Amino acid sequence: MSNVASLSLAHAQHPERIAPALDVRDLSVVYEHTHALDSITLQVQAGTRVALVGPNGAGKSTLLKAIVGLVKPTSGTIYVEGCAHNHRNAVAYVPQRAIVDWNFPVTVRDVVMMGRIGQIGLLRPPRRQDRAQVQASLEQVRMTELAHRQIGQLSGGQQQRVFLARALAQQAQVLLLDEPFTGLDVRSQDELLQIIEEIHAAGVTVLIATHDLYQAADTQHYEQVVLLNRRLIAAGSADAVLTSTHLAEAYGTHLHRIHTPEGEIMLHDRH
Amino acid sequence: MLDWLLEPLSFQFMVRGLLAAIMVGVICSIVGTFVVLRGMSFYGDALAHAILPGLAVGYIIGGGGSADRAVLFWWALGAAILSALGIGAITHGGRVKEDSAIGIVFVGMFALGIALISSMRSFAVDLAHFLFGNVLGVSNDDLWRVAIFGLLVLLVVFLFYKELVAIAFDETHAVTVRLPVTLFNYLLLILIAVVVVVALQTVGIALVLAMLITPPSTALLLTHRLPIVIGLGAVLGALAGVSGLYLSYYINIASGAAIVLVSVGVFVLVFLLGPRGGVLWRMVRG
Repeated sequence: MSNVASLSLAHAQHPERIAPALDVRDLSVVYEHTHALDSITLQVQAGTRVALVGPNGAGKSTLLKAIVGLVKPTSGTIYVEGCAHNHRNAVAYVPQRAIVDWNFPVTVRDVVMMGRIGQIGLLRPPRRQDRAQVQASLEQVRMTELAHRQIGQLSGGQQQRVFLARALAQQAQVLLLDEPFTGLDVRSQDELLQIIEEIHAAGVTVLIATHDLYQAADTQHYEQVVLLNRRLIAAGSADAVLTSTHLAEAYGTHLHRIHTPEGEIMLHDRH
Repeated sequence: MLDWLLEPLSFQFMVRGLLAAIMVGVICSIVGTFVVLRGMSFYGDALAHAILPGLAVGYIIGGGGSADRAVLFWWALGAAILSALGIGAITHGGRVKEDSAIGIVFVGMFALGIALISSMRSFAVDLAHFLFGNVLGVSNDDLWRVAIFGLLVLLVVFLFYKELVAIAFDETHAVTVRLPVTLFNYLLLILIAVVVVVALQTVGIALVLAMLITPPSTALLLTHRLPIVIGLGAVLGALAGVSGLYLSYYINIASGAAIVLVSVGVFVLVFLLGPRGGVLWRMVRG
């Protein structure tokens, strides 16, 4: 229901709506003579959840950083909703682990308000709608109770949710999450999955980099899987992408296949 | 007690010195809050020292007379802004590490300053004056300059407060929401440069850093709310200025050193006794 409502809202804002949410064309990123990403071409339709998988060093983080504008592409173009230049709030990004000073004198609410800084604009204080959006984002990640806390006084999972709320406050159409489940216990992982479910239901396109192939294969949580190892190995439905041929191509010798009574399990080294 | 407080005020130079110390204390700790939060202490110290050649040139051109303080001020400001931009430019390409770039500009400019001053006859006296300041020699013109530039700095901090805080907290995020981060970083460097030059008269090159970082560091031990950190830091900075000057008047020690000693003394007290994580407090509780 909410899915339909938000989609029609999106249509009202973008009457043409032909462009995919994300259109990456021939993207290469070269660090010090080594290709972090090699000619990636990838399209993501609006409102899909995408699992971005691949071995360590496959360039998952680099791809997310290039999309959000933290890494300058060596060549290629990234279109977000049809625009080559990502305007300030089209894409929101939650890093794997934010590198911040946890003693910094700001509260949870202050941090989430920083997500609104683009909409507020220079030389202006937050308006009523900014405060309302911050409140809504805090509610969405279940952090209203702790809104007055200094950010250093939270657990790791809670800190992660604050940064997710900051990204939500940005009201971006595309949300990028870099390994959001790493280091979380099972309960926190389920909570996070539930929150992502709600974000998706609101019509937001969600790209999640994960090393968890098992989770990526879960079609309940992801409509599209993108398998990466510096270049694009495969993209599409989990069935079509997570085949033994593709996986062998991406993981090489680091992938181990184990035969169990229930079927074949694939394990890969994280290092 | 009242006499004790009022007696020094019968001297014009003490009144002017107190006004200067209060203004400088406030301005320094407000900008200094960002210096502390971003871990730029070394930068602040380097910038203060990099001013020396500007002072030397201003001194030579102004003829060394006390009437030409304006010349001195503008040359110092020029040297500070040039050094600030120079450090930014050297670091920008990523080929030189930031602290090395800061260090190289710092020693290069400082050596240039000493070389210039050593060509003058009254070398030792002049150098000491620049290094340690002389708040009791503040003129009315000096006071006006401190007031005008101080207000300017406060206005800029007020106008761009949320951007400065957001960038100080998480520069990466600021880039992703398309804030002009480089521009704001240069703005902060220039703010620090201006504050250092304004503070020069009271504590001198060698001790400016203390005015920048000590009051906000003390305030950070007492509260986790940034607006309160800034306000409390400003009050602590002003109080250190005033009590330092009284101390200097009554026990006859250098004014700049007295101000800094009071400021650091308060920090140590709060560090030991403060309610949050104070060493003694923990011993009582534990």
